[in-house]
This record gives sequence, structure tokens and C-alpha cells, in this order.
Amino acid sequence: MKARETIVPLFAALLLAAGPLFLTNYQQDLVVKVMVLSVFALSLELLVGMTGLVSLGHAAFFGIGAYVTVLASPEYDPGSVAVLLPLAMAAAAAYALVVGALTLRTRGVYFIMVTLAFAQMAYFVFHDTKVGGGSDGIFLNIRPTLGNWLDLASRVHMFYAALVALVATYGFLALVRRSRFGHALAGIRVNEQRMRAAGFRTFGYKLAAFTLAGALAGLAGFLMAANDAAVNPELLSWHESGAVLLMIILGGLGHLRGAVLGAAAFTLLKDALSNHGIVGAAADHWQLTLGVTIIVFVALLPQGLIGLPARLARARS
Amino acid sequence: MDFATFLVQCLNAVQYGLLLFLLASGLTLIFGIMGVINLAHGSFYMIGAYMAFVLAPYFAGQFLLMLLVGVVLSAIFGYVLEWAFFSYLYQREHLQQVLMTWALILVFEEVRSLAVGNDVHGVSVPAWLSGSVPLGELMTYPVYRLFASAACIVIALAMYWVVNRTRLGMMIRAGASNRDMVRGLGIDIRHLYRVVFAGGVALAALAGMIAAPMSSVYPGMGGSVLIICFVVVVIGGIGSITGALVASLLVGFVDTFGKVFFAEYSGIGIYLLMAVILVWRPEGLLSARRA
Amino acid sequence: MTLLSARSLTRRFGGLTAVGDVSLDLAVGEIHAVIGTNGAGKSTLVNMLSGEIASSAGQVLLDGADVTPWSQPRRARAGIGRTYQRTTIFPSFTVLENCRLAAQAAHERPLSIWERASGCRVTVPIAQRALEAVGLSSSAQRAAGTLSHGAQRQLEIAMCLATEPRVLLLDEPLAGMGAEESERMLALLLALKEGHAVLLVEHDMDAVFRVADRITVMVDGGVIASDTPARIRDDAQVRVAYLGEGHA
Repeated sequence: MKARETIVPLFAALLLAAGPLFLTNYQQDLVVKVMVLSVFALSLELLVGMTGLVSLGHAAFFGIGAYVTVLASPEYDPGSVAVLLPLAMAAAAAYALVVGALTLRTRGVYFIMVTLAFAQMAYFVFHDTKVGGGSDGIFLNIRPTLGNWLDLASRVHMFYAALVALVATYGFLALVRRSRFGHALAGIRVNEQRMRAAGFRTFGYKLAAFTLAGALAGLAGFLMAANDAAVNPELLSWHESGAVLLMIILGGLGHLRGAVLGAAAFTLLKDALSNHGIVGAAADHWQLTLGVTIIVFVALLPQGLIGLPARLARARS
Repeated sequence: MDFATFLVQCLNAVQYGLLLFLLASGLTLIFGIMGVINLAHGSFYMIGAYMAFVLAPYFAGQFLLMLLVGVVLSAIFGYVLEWAFFSYLYQREHLQQVLMTWALILVFEEVRSLAVGNDVHGVSVPAWLSGSVPLGELMTYPVYRLFASAACIVIALAMYWVVNRTRLGMMIRAGASNRDMVRGLGIDIRHLYRVVFAGGVALAALAGMIAAPMSSVYPGMGGSVLIICFVVVVIGGIGSITGALVASLLVGFVDTFGKVFFAEYSGIGIYLLMAVILVWRPEGLLSARRA
Repeated sequence: MTLLSARSLTRRFGGLTAVGDVSLDLAVGEIHAVIGTNGAGKSTLVNMLSGEIASSAGQVLLDGADVTPWSQPRRARAGIGRTYQRTTIFPSFTVLENCRLAAQAAHERPLSIWERASGCRVTVPIAQRALEAVGLSSSAQRAAGTLSHGAQRQLEIAMCLATEPRVLLLDEPLAGMGAEESERMLALLLALKEGHAVLLVEHDMDAVFRVADRITVMVDGGVIASDTPARIRDDAQVRVAYLGEGHA
């Protein structure tokens, strides 16, 4: 099991690194999208899979990271990655700190509801006020660069930037997972009361996880903004929060690989279901197909795609 | 602000709050008793509104009858839905419930899209409820809004009676504060759940039907009202109908007067209210569950 | 030497008084048993002493200091450890990890993410000592969920010991155990007396009379007797209320 945890991701990373050599432009764009969403999904995995905190408002931090990237960029010059990236992550982390401090004292279903509500609050700020560009969003005139080495306007540069971010996030979370902090989070997930009885100040741990997850979502937001060169309020919508939650469940909760797998599966599924060439007339009502698919999926495969081999093996025996 | 305007805003706040109460009470009961978080609750509101749009031509001049028919239809729908879908969710974790009901929203949206399309519609106010009453010298207030508030009050009183004076209500109250105990007492829990769920759906659909002539009937109306519903339930406390009432009115006032004084930023007013309440009382103002 | 004291502890739930005006002392080197029928308030008392629930009135004193307003984690780090009636081990972690994690609470260094938790040089030895004290060293690498019920109860105590407490609040450690396992547990309890102040909530009367140095009897939230085992056995009130006439 240990080998699968390191070899498969390593192999995948190497394969991806060779991507621009054999993928078409369209495919590269799709893969970049999947990689960015994977970072987003991994950030939620930290919250849900590792700490057991089910948040339905995670898109807020994603959207804040994206908006800050665009808002802080100069109008007619490329912004610097060295400034924009930390700024985006810090802004997302700051909101996460505030929301976490207010919501982490609530339990169970309350927590789910209040995270949704606070995300909606952020959504309204960008949708209704002059801060964002209203419901149309705002455009980024020139994508960020990093000195002379990195220009995110270049498709290849964007690809590798996303890949590096994904590998770094994955590696970081893998380290967290096996660290003392990560073990404490796991204990909190299984039985928070027991952890408190042992002497852990669980609120602090949960807040740290929440803020960290927010920061990583901000990273994904930065990449999304740089890639699309545009942001709109829907990035903070509950649709987006629901989608990322779905991704990690689709892939398999409790595994870092699951988050990436789920992001890929969801993106490809959505792409396929809305493609006339593949499903014909049903493409116009892809939400219905998606909805039914999710229901059937969650009912039959509660462990997600990661649990598929085991499930098939059991069915065969 | 002069007194007449203030009165108008107060009436608006109460009317909005009462409508929210219909929705929130259904949601809080369903969660309090069955332990299911139902993201699709907003969809029932949307279904109610579209139902009003579809049924209106057949019930011209018989608005109250249409409401009654709508309530019965949605109760039946809720009963069947509980049996076919929701009863499987009770044993599942919150996470799976969230996902399944979120997927249900997608299904409802698309079915509605296939059935009646995605256009924005209006429902006309019935003739006997149209017009306005004078308030003071310069202002008037729409009769229909007064009707909406009155209807909600009647329903609220009916709910109070059912919950506090009937056997069914006794089981509901018991279930809201201790679900396992009710099961342990051997009460036919499945039937109770089905009835409660049907009631919740009917309340939400009724709210949608009543709201239809006031606001327009549009695709996204389920989603936006759902989140506000959640805010109400969090503020009021899960499982508490009284809490839902207090919280709904509170939200109604904050939202209405927020729009008057803070225009642009009014959308975030109710969330700030929620934040304040959370700091002070994480369990909600009047939670049915005690420590 | 009294380590932990309850002074007029009371807990009300709405109209019900679960625990009313209960006082007792725990001294190092002593096992103080609390017995009573179901619903007598024993678990609520333990919850108040450990800080899991707040008291409606009364005080909890640790080493003379008033710790009543302290949260549970704070009390745990100050040396008040507890076990639960229903086993609360982490089934998917190894036996050793269960103890190591418990030990980590007092040795937090959450910012170091580079090191593997399982290789921690501070908490692993503490965990190993705890396992040795209860006799589970040979099962260290097994998944905790695969242990027998009796072994899980032992692990429950080991987890408590791993936090290096001075006070042990043990809530029915013998629950669900067979004769042989109970014998081992009793031997363990006697060994634990040394260096700890032990509160033992139990239903098994034979066990209680064998190991307890003091017994407090609770009925309907209040204390009806608190004395040495010999005097409790002869106490008429206790016999009527709890032991039943004819108990030897």
C-alpha cells in the first residue's frame, strides 16, 4: 500500500511533465484545468478527508484568491507572480481565519450550513458591490510573470506552473499527513472528544487546518485567474463549493490520490456529458444526467473511485 | 424616514419574515426529526412557484382553491419522495446526504427545465386581492402582501396547534429533541417521518405559491432562498419552530431595513447577523437540544 | 495526601438534578470507588471532574487549586486523566499509535511537519511505557480495532496513562469483561494505585470490595454513604438501597 501511494503519483507527475510534448493545445488546456482543480480539491481534502470538517463553502477561498489576483494586477502591465501569489493566498487565508474562528465552535450540520452561508456572503460582496465587477466579473488584461523566467501568458509556462503547484501541494499535504500535526487532525476526525480528554486544544488544530485549506484554495484561485485571465462571482457560488466536495468524494475520501482522481473524473465527466458529439441531445440537459449519475454513484460506491478495485474484486468472488 | 415609509418597511419585513418562516419551519423539522440535511428544500419552493404559474389558468378566480390543491399535490409528492428517496438517507453520513440532495437539486432543475422551460414568469395577483390600502396620507400598501402575511400567520397558528395540541405534535416534539428515544419507544417512526417530510414539502411549496404573485418565478429562486433558510435555522436553532419564527422575523427585518439603509451591501447584512449570533450562541437562539 | 476534591458538586438538567451536592476526595495511593444504581449520577460526576461538562454549582479542586472553570484539555494537561465506559480507542490506528497520539497532547510541537509522527523520540517511549504497564506491548503494531474486547479496555487505560496523569478517573473499566480478563484488570488497578489518585466507577461489587480503599455510594444523584469497604458493607442504608439484604 505504501508503494502505491508513492509510485503512482510519482509516475503520474512524470507523465504530466512530458505533457506538452504530446498533447494538443485543447488537451493541454483541459489538463491545466484539471491540475488547477486538483489543487482546489486537495485543499478541501485536508479539511474533509483529514480533519473531518465538512465545509460547503470552500469555493469562497478559491474565488477570493482569484479575485485578489486580478484586482491587485496592474491594469496594463503584467503583475509579478512573486507579489500576486502570496497576496492571493494570504487574502484567502485571512478570510478562512475569520470564518473558521466564527464557525468552528459549531457542530455537525450547523457547521455545514454556516460555511455555506459565509461563502454566500463573500459571493454577494463580489456580485453586488463595486469591489468586483458585478455579475459579469472582471478581466485580467495581462497575465502575471515572474521576472524573465516565467510568463503565464505562454501555454507551456502555465502548464508547468500548474504542475509545479500541484506537485508541491500534494507533497506538502503528504508530509502533513504523516506529521504530528496530521496525526492530531486524524485523531480529531475520528473522535474529537477523546482528543480533548487527552489534553489537545482541538479548536486551535481545526482552525489551523481550516486556514491552511483556505490558503491552498487561494493558490488554486490564483492559478485559475492566471489561466482564464478572467474572474466572475460564480467562482464563489455554492455550485462551485458543491462541485469540489463532489470531486473528493468521487475520487475517494481520505486519500490524496482521490482528490486528484476526483478532479479529473469530474472535469472529464462534465465535459463529456455536455458534449453533443458524445451524448447527443442529452447534452443540453447535462445537469440532469450529472445529478442522476451522482446519486447512483454515491449509492453504489460510497468509497469513491479509489474503492472501485476492491468493489469489483468483491463482486467477482 | 417618515412614519408611513417606516410602517411600509415594517410590513414588508414582517411579510418576508413570515414567508421565510414557512420555509424554515419545514427545514428545521425535517432536520430536527429525521436528521437529514436537505439541500433540495429550496427546490420545493421553486416547484411551488412554478406550480402556481402552471395551475393559475385553470383556477382563475379560485385562488384559495388553487392553493389548497397545490398543498395537497405537494404533500403527496413529498410523501412519495420520502418513501422513494429520502428514507435511504437517514442512515448515511451528513456528507453523503449533502451530496445526494445536492444532486437532487440538479435533477429538479433539469426536470423543471424540460417541463416548463427556463423562462422567467409572472403570476398575476387574483382580482379580489389586488389593489392597495391607504396608509396615512401619501402611502398605500398592496392588499396581496397583507394577504400573504395573514395567510402565513394562519398557517403558523395551525402549526402551533398541531405541534402543541395533538398526538402527532407530541411525537414531533419528542422526535425533535431526542430522535433515538422516539424510536426506542416503538412509535411507528417510518410513518411519522413520511408525514413530517410531506408537511415540510407542502409548507415550502405553499410558500412558493404565495410568493409567486409578488416576486417573479425564475429558475434560480430555489438556490437563493435555500441559503437564507439555512441562516434562519442556524440563528433560530435546529428543531425549534419557535426559534425559526423568531429568526425568520429577525432576518426579515435585517434584510428589509438593510436594503433601505445600505443598498449595495445589504446582501451581507443577514450573514453579519448570523456571525454575531454565532459568537454569542453557537447552538442557535432557541435550540431544541439542550446540553 | 488529597490530590483531587469535589466540593458540593451539583449538576442540573432542566428540572432534573442528576448530581446533587456531592463531595469526595481522591488521595494518591488510594482507590476510591463510586458505586450506585443506574442513573445515580456516577457518569455525570466523572464528566464534571474531568471537565467534559460544566457543573451547575460546586467546585473541583486539584492540589488545592480551584480548577472548576478550566476546560477539559487544560485539566487533562494538568494531570486529570479519564477512561470511558464505552471504549473510545481509535480502531484504525495501531495500538502503539493510540497511545503515542494521546501522549502527544502534552508534547505539542505542531509546527514541525518534516518529521514523521511515528518516529517521534519523545512520545514513542512514553507510549511504549504505557503499553508495558497494562501488558499490551506484544500487540503494539496491531490495528486497535482487531483487539479483543478485554484488550481494548486495557488499551483504553493505556491511552490514559500515556498522558502521564496524576489522577485516574476510570469509568467502568471492567465493563463487558469475562472472569480471566477481569482478574488481570484488577491486578492492573492495584498496580496503578502507586503514584496515582484513582477514582473507580464500577458495577461489579466483588471487584469493588477487593480493590477499593474507600467507597462512596450514590443514589439518585446524592451520596448516602462514604467510608471504608468494611463499614459500607455493614451500613444498613446501603444494604437496603443498593446491595440488597442478604449480601455477605
